Amino acid sequence: MMVTVKLSSLKDGRWYEYLIRFVLGGAATVITGLITKIWGPEIGGLFLALPAMLCASATMVESHERRHKRERGLQGAKRGEDAAALDAAGAAVGSIALMGFAAAVYVSISHMSWASLPLALAVWTCTSLLAWWIYKRAKRIVPRGKAAHG
Amino acid sequence: MSEYAIRFLAGGLAVSVFALLGDILRPKSFAGLLGAAPSVALVSLALAFSSHGPDYTAIDARSMIIGAAALGIFGIVTCHALKHLRMSAMGGSVLAFGVWLMVAFGLYKVTLT
Repeated sequence: MMVTVKLSSLKDGRWYEYLIRFVLGGAATVITGLITKIWGPEIGGLFLALPAMLCASATMVESHERRHKRERGLQGAKRGEDAAALDAAGAAVGSIALMGFAAAVYVSISHMSWASLPLALAVWTCTSLLAWWIYKRAKRIVPRGKAAHG
Repeated sequence: MSEYAIRFLAGGLAVSVFALLGDILRPKSFAGLLGAAPSVALVSLALAFSSHGPDYTAIDARSMIIGAAALGIFGIVTCHALKHLRMSAMGGSVLAFGVWLMVAFGLYKVTLT
């Protein structure tokens, strides 16, 4: 399956939703900094993978799909939940790449200094693509429902 | 104070950029990968490195590996809550966030203390 860019989906968003994301992102970064300052980097580091954005994103995806269906005069509740579930499944796959990002920083920061951050970002990109490709292949080989019956 | 203002602006910007990418990319399951993008982490680790140096940042990153593992569970729980328990996105996310906290601190206790 090809990955495509659909710029028209930007029209689905409302200006306040983008503002909410910005504020949530800023707030999550400030809160992570405060936690690190109070309890140290061992606890603070856990919150670098805080799923605050996923909570907001799942809710937004659901409301977009509902709105789409409603505009066509259809019930959009199930479609909205399905789209949000798919988004969450993608994030579960993406968490493998996030582990790769963190591991790359952990291993390289002492030797590579600032260069370890772009390196970690490259590791995240490659691992994301690979994990998603494997996920898609696995879904094609073992279609939903068949795995349960052997 | 200015450090937190920088944190807020840089974090907000990084999250918005990754979220916009997630909006325009298709299929939806691929765009979901961007939900687990290291937006907050990138800004926080850069600031930690500039203020405290590599050893401190390495400790941050080591704990983040655990947080990211817990994020995988968060995604799976959210997906199941929506698909099988027919919960709303908000309800499913809140439930999964509780699970994320338990898994993250549980793994931290088992592996790092």
